[in-house]
Amino acid sequence: MEILLAIVVGAAFGATLDRIGATSPNWIIRMLSLRNLHLMKTILLAIGTGSILMFAGQMAGIVDVMHMSVKSAYVGVFIGGLLLGGGWAASGYCPGTGVCAAASGRKDAWVFIAGGLLGAAAYMMTYPSWKSSGLLDGLAGGKVTLGTVPGAKYDGLMAMSGDVLGIVLGGVFVLVAFLLPERLVGNGPEAVAAE
Amino acid sequence: MVLNWKFGGVLLGFVFFLAVVLVKPIGVSTQFVILDAIVGDVVNAELITQNDDGAYTSSNAYLAKSKGKYAKSAANPLNYSFVFVLAMMVGAFLSSMAKGGISSEERNLPAIWYANYGDTPIKRYAVVFLSGFIVLYGARLAGGCTSGHMMSGMMQTSLSGYIFAAGAFAAAVPVAMMMYKKEG
Repeated sequence: MEILLAIVVGAAFGATLDRIGATSPNWIIRMLSLRNLHLMKTILLAIGTGSILMFAGQMAGIVDVMHMSVKSAYVGVFIGGLLLGGGWAASGYCPGTGVCAAASGRKDAWVFIAGGLLGAAAYMMTYPSWKSSGLLDGLAGGKVTLGTVPGAKYDGLMAMSGDVLGIVLGGVFVLVAFLLPERLVGNGPEAVAAE
Repeated sequence: MVLNWKFGGVLLGFVFFLAVVLVKPIGVSTQFVILDAIVGDVVNAELITQNDDGAYTSSNAYLAKSKGKYAKSAANPLNYSFVFVLAMMVGAFLSSMAKGGISSEERNLPAIWYANYGDTPIKRYAVVFLSGFIVLYGARLAGGCTSGHMMSGMMQTSLSGYIFAAGAFAAAVPVAMMMYKKEG
């Protein structure tokens, strides 16, 4: 059953990434160079929509709170974010969009995957040094959410109701998606232009 | 041609929601480790081992961490998260085919690369290979990537998702601006 869900949800995710332009380095780099924020608006709206649906679903008792999976916060998250960001901008691919781009026929995305497999292997080898450096030790409680989500196995950074906060923040993401202009820098092809 | 952001954003948000309702939040970068471990175990059968009580472990400290959960996934590739990534590829392939596939020019080099660096595929592949390396090294150091940390994480109001997004954009925006002066 789980495998069937993996196939259905995975395929839906891959197809959606393709349709919003996230599998195209052109759209990723236009976004990251702040030239065309169409994809940024899409992503912000997606985070907001997902957040509102999930927390509202939890409050209504439709969504199992135990399905939440919160990752630990530590200094390495920021350092890793910097590294990923640099490579993301240089190539126009991140792990998920890279595998989808490769499947859609982009040759350079297969090269990205090859580099990625080597990078992941390099991390496997060097993990003990990171571990002993203390940079992987949890900050502010490690696996925490901003508010305290009722029934969740994670602590909240603040005592306020985590599901209400989740809906409010979801609303903020949606609002920012609407307020953000499509273009901050320069002028060029509009969002509807084909590649 | 891409979907309008209002429709595309709601659609993508709904997929993330569906994943949480049915199973768990979406994540991708771990599966690069799992594939490495699957290959590694073929080359060296000692990499992943099973204790007397049936629990999986590994001679590699990273695969053995968290009670050997990565070792277990690599020993059983037909698990949810690994199949999920394979299904993503199928979904993206079908979506791309349904709209007629991407042009042969794009297959070889993205337009934005061509506009900035001309017809230099070897240079592009070198940049992309190095990028893949640091993206996955960084993602494993951070414990997640754009899907797991940024989207699934911020959607769940997790502190780590915000820290990750701050780091990723702090590096990505200047690099993109410096490397790609022309839009393509």
